[in-house]
Amino acid sequence: MNKLSLRNNYVATLLFAAVVLSAPIWLAPLGANYPDLLQKFAIFGIFALGYNLLFGATGYLSFGHAAFLGIGSYTAVWCFKLFTMNILPAVIMSTLVSGMFALLIGYICLRRSGIYFSILTLAFAQMAYSLAYSVLTPITNGETGLQLTQQDPRYIDAIAGVVVQDGLPSTNLFGLSVNGYSGFYICAVVLILAFFVSLKIFRSPYGLKLAAIKSNQMRMQYTGFNTKPYLLSVFVISGMFAGLAGGLLAAIDPLAGAERMQWTASGEIVLMTILGGAGTLIGPLLGVVVIKYFENIFSAINESVLHGIFSFLPDTLENIVVSVTGLFVGEGWHLSLGLVFMLVVVFLPGGIMQALSAINQRIKQYKSGDSTPTESDTDSKGEQQ
Amino acid sequence: MSSLLEIKGVNKSFGGLNALSDINLEIEDGGIHAIIGPNGAGKSTLLNCCIGRLIPDTGSVTFNGHNMVGLEPHDINHAGMVRVFQTPEIFPSLSLLVNVMLPAFAQRDGVFKFNPFADLYAEKDIRDRAMAELENVGLAHAYKEKAETISRGDKRRLELAMGLVQKPKLLLLDEPTAGMARHDTNRTIDLLLEIKKTGVTKVIIEHDMHVVFSLADKISVLAQGAIIAAGTPDEIKGNPVVIEAYLGGESE
Repeated sequence: MNKLSLRNNYVATLLFAAVVLSAPIWLAPLGANYPDLLQKFAIFGIFALGYNLLFGATGYLSFGHAAFLGIGSYTAVWCFKLFTMNILPAVIMSTLVSGMFALLIGYICLRRSGIYFSILTLAFAQMAYSLAYSVLTPITNGETGLQLTQQDPRYIDAIAGVVVQDGLPSTNLFGLSVNGYSGFYICAVVLILAFFVSLKIFRSPYGLKLAAIKSNQMRMQYTGFNTKPYLLSVFVISGMFAGLAGGLLAAIDPLAGAERMQWTASGEIVLMTILGGAGTLIGPLLGVVVIKYFENIFSAINESVLHGIFSFLPDTLENIVVSVTGLFVGEGWHLSLGLVFMLVVVFLPGGIMQALSAINQRIKQYKSGDSTPTESDTDSKGEQQ
Repeated sequence: MSSLLEIKGVNKSFGGLNALSDINLEIEDGGIHAIIGPNGAGKSTLLNCCIGRLIPDTGSVTFNGHNMVGLEPHDINHAGMVRVFQTPEIFPSLSLLVNVMLPAFAQRDGVFKFNPFADLYAEKDIRDRAMAELENVGLAHAYKEKAETISRGDKRRLELAMGLVQKPKLLLLDEPTAGMARHDTNRTIDLLLEIKKTGVTKVIIEHDMHVVFSLADKISVLAQGAIIAAGTPDEIKGNPVVIEAYLGGESE
């Protein structure tokens, strides 16, 4: 088992890669296989993986992670404006810049734990949001959001002799377009890499110590660990994941607005992580898919669609049903999301992953009574693979 | 024998209450030193002052020649002074094996090591050490269980393993047998006697006289924040002050 385990990491990643890359096929029956949504799945998947490294592993609930997403987006757009439309430098820069901000914000916020930490992160994110809206308008272009213009210098592109014909230049990866399915596959590859990194972290001694901090931080100190650098380093890694996601968001759609940093955006990632199952590797990704699917599919349903669905009912009944269900779709999709979230938190505090592992357990028990334990010892931190 | 831990003139008060007043104590290298005393005598406060959980108002705590006052708990741990808590302090959501692996990591890797890409499964040395220590305290069979699921007595033994795996110079045990059945208590005594041979110095805070007199080489009696007597078990047994303050008050 020891010798196999290294391979297990690769096997897990390969399996994950297969699932992600074939998403356009298996999401087709759900009507979720269009590139825009797939790109969102992948990008918010990266965001969630990073968020889970902090919240899932150490239990530190950050309410301000969207700030790093926003910082990533602004950085990427500035890269496009100043240097080149190639997304690679932009994405690298957004990761690094977000990491630096995370170092600063984390250093201050991690002086407190529990609810005080959450409030501090929230305060920082709201500060970033307000700054982007007002004082920093020269950098962020305030309410309008940061956009590309034809007159941007793009120094590197200029040296390379790239000429923009009409309209705005479009982003690319060494000539490969970032729109449509190719955009999704670029994001998917980054997601797979991010997954591998997060898998490695979860299964390292470093990751184990993070889990121990979640379990009993005081005991960690008396065991001989300084928990501060552990928390700060994982906060920075998590911020870098968020910056990477923000950079990719700007890569597929090169504009950045302050609303990306708003507290609702920070809350969304918390929701996704808890819904899927915090601390598990796959859970937050499932949360992303569920929430982004709801957002895109349910919000697109309007009354005429509902009338179409319930047309088999008698007219009066149809009107009643449509007016009731109408509350939960379209603009009201948040209502359905809220209901689902409530049900999950009440009945499945471990999120979707808890349900899946319970089902898995049942099947195993049903199949055979003799559960010969293997030596996969150190796995008891709730990490399901 | 040289003194390993030297407590000099330690005072600690909480509000108006003098929890410790002018404590002078020397713990010699090797052997088992028991600190006994009735409830509220200040035993746990004294331990807390040693491991950095509390900072004494005045006085000094010198361990192995180094001043310990004001150091962070993790630094004190690395100096070689390890404490086993009265109410088991473990990692409840992690397995027994991991609970013992963590202190082993601390001892090997120091206060912080950033190795996010190292493979946990490849840490065979640490695992073997942890496993051996679990074997030692008789918990090897349950290594995969989550620590929160085992009995209180087992949790105390687990904590003992967590302390021992670090090969400390000094082990501070806060009532290691409290809440244990007689059978378990005797096993723990045997275990501690076994460890005694390896040369780890121990300070034991204990209520149970059976445990104290079976283990200790030297006993200090604490009452109302002051040391009222010190000596070998035989001296303590016959000391009228001690009988008055403690043994007479509480029949064990």
